[in-house]
Amino acid sequence: MTDQAYNFAYLDEQTKRMIRRAILKGLAIPGYQVPFASREMPMPYGWGTGGVQVSAAVLTPDDRFKVIDQGADDTTNAVSIRSFFERTAGVATTTVTADASIIQTRHRIPEEPLTEGQVLVYQVPIPEPLRFLEPRESETRKMHALEEYGLMHVKLYEDIARHGHIATSYAYPVKVEGRYVMDPSPIPKFDNPKMGDMAAIQLFGAGREQRIYALPPYTQVISLDFEDHPFEASKANHACGLCGSEDSYLDEVIIDDAGGRMFVCSDTDYCEARQAAGHKGQDAA
Amino acid sequence: MIPLLSVSDISKHYGAHIGCSDVSFDLYPGEVMGIVGESGSGKSTLLNCLAGHLVPDAGTVVFDTRADGPRDTVSMSEPERRMLSRTDWAFVHQHARDGLRMGVSAGGNVGERLMAVGDRHYGDIRDKATDWLTRVEIDAARIDDRPTTFSGGMQQRLQIARNLVTGPRLVFMDEPTGGLDVSVQARLLDLLRGLVRDMGLSAIIVTHDLAVVRLLADRLMVMKSGRVVEAGLTDQVLDDPQHAYSQLLVSSVLQV
Ligand SMILES: Nc1ncnc2c1ncn2[C@@H]1O[C@H](COP(=O)(O)OP(=O)(O)OP(=O)(O)O)[C@@H](O)[C@H]1O
Ligand SMILES: [Mg+2]
Ligand SMILES: [Zn+2]
Repeated sequence: MTDQAYNFAYLDEQTKRMIRRAILKGLAIPGYQVPFASREMPMPYGWGTGGVQVSAAVLTPDDRFKVIDQGADDTTNAVSIRSFFERTAGVATTTVTADASIIQTRHRIPEEPLTEGQVLVYQVPIPEPLRFLEPRESETRKMHALEEYGLMHVKLYEDIARHGHIATSYAYPVKVEGRYVMDPSPIPKFDNPKMGDMAAIQLFGAGREQRIYALPPYTQVISLDFEDHPFEASKANHACGLCGSEDSYLDEVIIDDAGGRMFVCSDTDYCEARQAAGHKGQDAA
Repeated sequence: MIPLLSVSDISKHYGAHIGCSDVSFDLYPGEVMGIVGESGSGKSTLLNCLAGHLVPDAGTVVFDTRADGPRDTVSMSEPERRMLSRTDWAFVHQHARDGLRMGVSAGGNVGERLMAVGDRHYGDIRDKATDWLTRVEIDAARIDDRPTTFSGGMQQRLQIARNLVTGPRLVFMDEPTGGLDVSVQARLLDLLRGLVRDMGLSAIIVTHDLAVVRLLADRLMVMKSGRVVEAGLTDQVLDDPQHAYSQLLVSSVLQV
């Protein structure tokens, strides 16, 4: 039941309109960081307050909502955000990717390709991809405005100089429609290719940093690289121990006190659906 | 011949206070202009107006661009000016840390301008960085070290390499040897003189140090209270100063 002490989805209508305006602007200028007046939410920063505000602004009573944290629906963070919207918006929830109309995520893109009509909302800790080398915001804003992105390659250069290859494996920078360089949030670079040409709408919310950015459906998203060190969407070179998938992003988990390990899909819904369909990995019971 | 840089009536005030006033001169390709004067005479203000770091209150700075010939850089758009800053222009700061990225390796520092103009081949960038480190007498083995581990003289040479790697046509230098030990200064000056000659660079060098201009500058401007009080060939000005202030300066009374 909706708790009547709250407006639908917690935020008041005026705030939601303000956030929607920022989202629309973001969709109109793919990859551009739109400032917005982030509100206090009844959860600490770092718990996805940016994503929560974006979700609150786009949710309707007819939506079916899914929340994942590193691919899983059942972590504390995912459970608490899901129950927050059950309580404040009374919306239906699901763990099934294909059944969800809005998916809020931290650190992953679901394995199952998203479709038209779905919205993927990312929680973003640091929206500015240039911050690593240029802490002055006045300067990074100018760099975006003037398309001065050489610094982004300096970061990748440093990576190769230090590690022999591009070691950045999360929050790997991308260029959107040949224009804005964007931080995809700390998803594994394995997920980067899924962002490009995606049928669903992708919205990014950074609460503490007060920024929203967006990718409309079917947007070109290219991961930065060097000619002689091309981008690779790498993952652990294993199959899922439970469902046998060779194409999904894997987490390494410890399974017993003796330090036994196994690789399993980080996308729990994907893995469970495969197991239910009869796929078996070598560690499956 | 068309001047590479043609400066007309540049003035810059800080509130009611004069930074520099009515400065005009032409710089021809391959020429090195020295600017000397006591502390507070407006040298840095002028240099920053010329390099696009400060917006002058009045005047024009016409640069002979590769693409479109002479253009006033004061009134051109900021993106165009910033593009010049990382291609045809270079700026060497007195304090290396103002001109280097201290958190980035020496190779990354040299490579930045290359990447800024579109180089996307790691191996090529690294080769060019190695070449430039060698040219400024930094051991190529230090390519992956951060400038924080370099001596002051090495940092300054790294700053020069980072600036010259894209083959600029005009180099602005503000006290490039300031703050360095005398022996380190001498080595840096030798290096600069070699580079200026080999690359046929045009440069504008601001300094307190008459030895620097004697060695590097073809022509000299003497500034006092924001104005140019005397200008001419370096040897003429130094050996036969006409203005009373230049005479004081040369007689070393004002040398700091
Ligand atoms: N940001 C500023 N705000 C106000 N006044 C300034 C500013 N910068 C410089 N000035 C003043 O403008 C005048 C010229 O200063 P400028 O820094 O150009 O001199 P300079 O010849 O480079 O001196 P130095 O040899 O000490 O570097 C000085 O009187 C100085 O106090
Ligand atoms: Mg100065
Ligand atoms: Zn699996």
